Amino acid sequence: MMKSLPVSDMTEKNTVGETIAAPKVQAVSMPTAHDRFPGVSPAYDRRRRLVQNIFFGLFRGAAAINGIALLVIIYFMVANGWRAISWDFLTQPPMDSMTKGGILPCIVGTLCLSIGAIVVALPIGIASAIYLKEYARPGKVVRLIRLGINNLAGVPSVVFGLFGLAFFVVILKMGVSIAAGALTLGAMSLPVIIGSTEEALKSVPDTYREASLGLGATKWQTIWRVVLPSAMPGILTGAILGISRAAGETAPIMFTGAVFFTPKLPTSIFNEVMALPYHIYVLATAGTAIEKTRHLQYGTAIVLIVLVLGMNLLAIIWRARLRKKLQ
Amino acid sequence: MDTEIKMSAQDLDFYYGEFKALHSINMNFSPCQVTALIGPSGCGKSTFLRCLNRMNDLIPISRVEGRITLDGENIYASDVDVVMLRRKVGMVFQKPNPFPKSIFDNVAYGLWVNGIKDKVFVQERVEESLKQAAIWDEVKDRLQASALGLSGGQQQRLCIARALAVKPEVVLMDEPASALDPIATQKIEELIHQLKETYTIIIVTHNMQQAARVSDVTAFFYMGKLIEAGETDLIFTRPKKKQTEDYITGRFG
Repeated sequence: MMKSLPVSDMTEKNTVGETIAAPKVQAVSMPTAHDRFPGVSPAYDRRRRLVQNIFFGLFRGAAAINGIALLVIIYFMVANGWRAISWDFLTQPPMDSMTKGGILPCIVGTLCLSIGAIVVALPIGIASAIYLKEYARPGKVVRLIRLGINNLAGVPSVVFGLFGLAFFVVILKMGVSIAAGALTLGAMSLPVIIGSTEEALKSVPDTYREASLGLGATKWQTIWRVVLPSAMPGILTGAILGISRAAGETAPIMFTGAVFFTPKLPTSIFNEVMALPYHIYVLATAGTAIEKTRHLQYGTAIVLIVLVLGMNLLAIIWRARLRKKLQ
Repeated sequence: MDTEIKMSAQDLDFYYGEFKALHSINMNFSPCQVTALIGPSGCGKSTFLRCLNRMNDLIPISRVEGRITLDGENIYASDVDVVMLRRKVGMVFQKPNPFPKSIFDNVAYGLWVNGIKDKVFVQERVEESLKQAAIWDEVKDRLQASALGLSGGQQQRLCIARALAVKPEVVLMDEPASALDPIATQKIEELIHQLKETYTIIIVTHNMQQAARVSDVTAFFYMGKLIEAGETDLIFTRPKKKQTEDYITGRFG
């Protein structure tokens, strides 16, 4: 049972005990806009809900297309290439003019090139971003540098390959080698890493910087001990994007680091290597038996994708652990 | 009370680009006193506070004219080391801003960056500071836990402990309780009362009751000018200027 609430008697006593009349509610005469507001008509309400459903449906469709595209690609590769995957495929060098055997040298080569590219690009990229975001005073110089970085991002990968050939391979006399290939790939990933690092630095609240400086820390101590640790998860995201792109590229390495065929595994950074993307390209366009090696081509593509996903996964796990530590 | 001066501003002008945010401020701060800076939003009180430890240096287009002295030395002189200045003039910010580190590391941070490596000393100093900031009992069992897990009021007291750890001489507080609930606010105010025995405290506040409760001296800012400064009791009971009276009685603001 609910008790009815006591209704205020519309009067109250002041301190002296006199009764004060509550202000009377004015008798209504003129209808105001408030009174005439008709509310939402059912037809209009149905229509706006329909419009909302249509748009949400479109967005859902757009998102689904992304997922479907990925699934189709993976299905296509697995369907055509699963027969090629075996233990020998992963652990043997190619044999019989690359129509049989495995792709171990390509796996090792791609790992070397990607890791090399990250080793080159990550420190330089992070350092550049720190300079641009934390040290440089906004002005002409910074605008010019930014323009350069943006243009670097738009340079086609084959141009990077030619640059690497001319500069690292020929002028610096590195020859076709892991070093030259990694430097070329590194140069290509720089804009991605700089951009994402800058974004990560921007997302660190200024209050952290102020708190640190307010305690008598230098600018560098502030960056090293407070800003960078907070930005690290974001920086890693950039590194993931950079390395993913680098690992799958063919054009930058075909003149600088990767060769048509070498059964030897590299023993120094000045060795030439085979690489997965270039191997796919070679088998599919210039191999001795293009049709006969189709399954090997797809198999190699599967390995490349798994490799890239694997490297991404490592970085993602690392990032998640860093984030947890920051909580 | 007028004889000793810890900090002093002399004909201080401050510009954000073309905009003149402070107009020839003259003001003295006595040691071991709490000074409250009050005034409506945008009146320049926070800008003035941030001039006192040169935090405004971080704004590229800002410019300062005039002098601010700490123990008689001009802190804007060219040979002054800003890093050392900020160690002497600490700051507590409006929003609690602990680093995303452990409670211990937050307080120890200021010691580490100032080159103190002695572990025992750091431990003692951290404990002392947390006790001074009246938060030791709440955190002593979880010093290694993340500071971000504390409540807003606890975070702010942690930030005060962090500022005290490096033994500043002056503590600037920029609306330190404005993001906190009344109970946390009360704790911070009690804390300020205790801290003024050791430190010179300058606090910006929007809350006039708070200014009246915690401060010895109150300064009223309006439109970038220092309108009136004096003993808090006098400012709140017998202000000399009409603008001050209008503000503290709530007629504008």
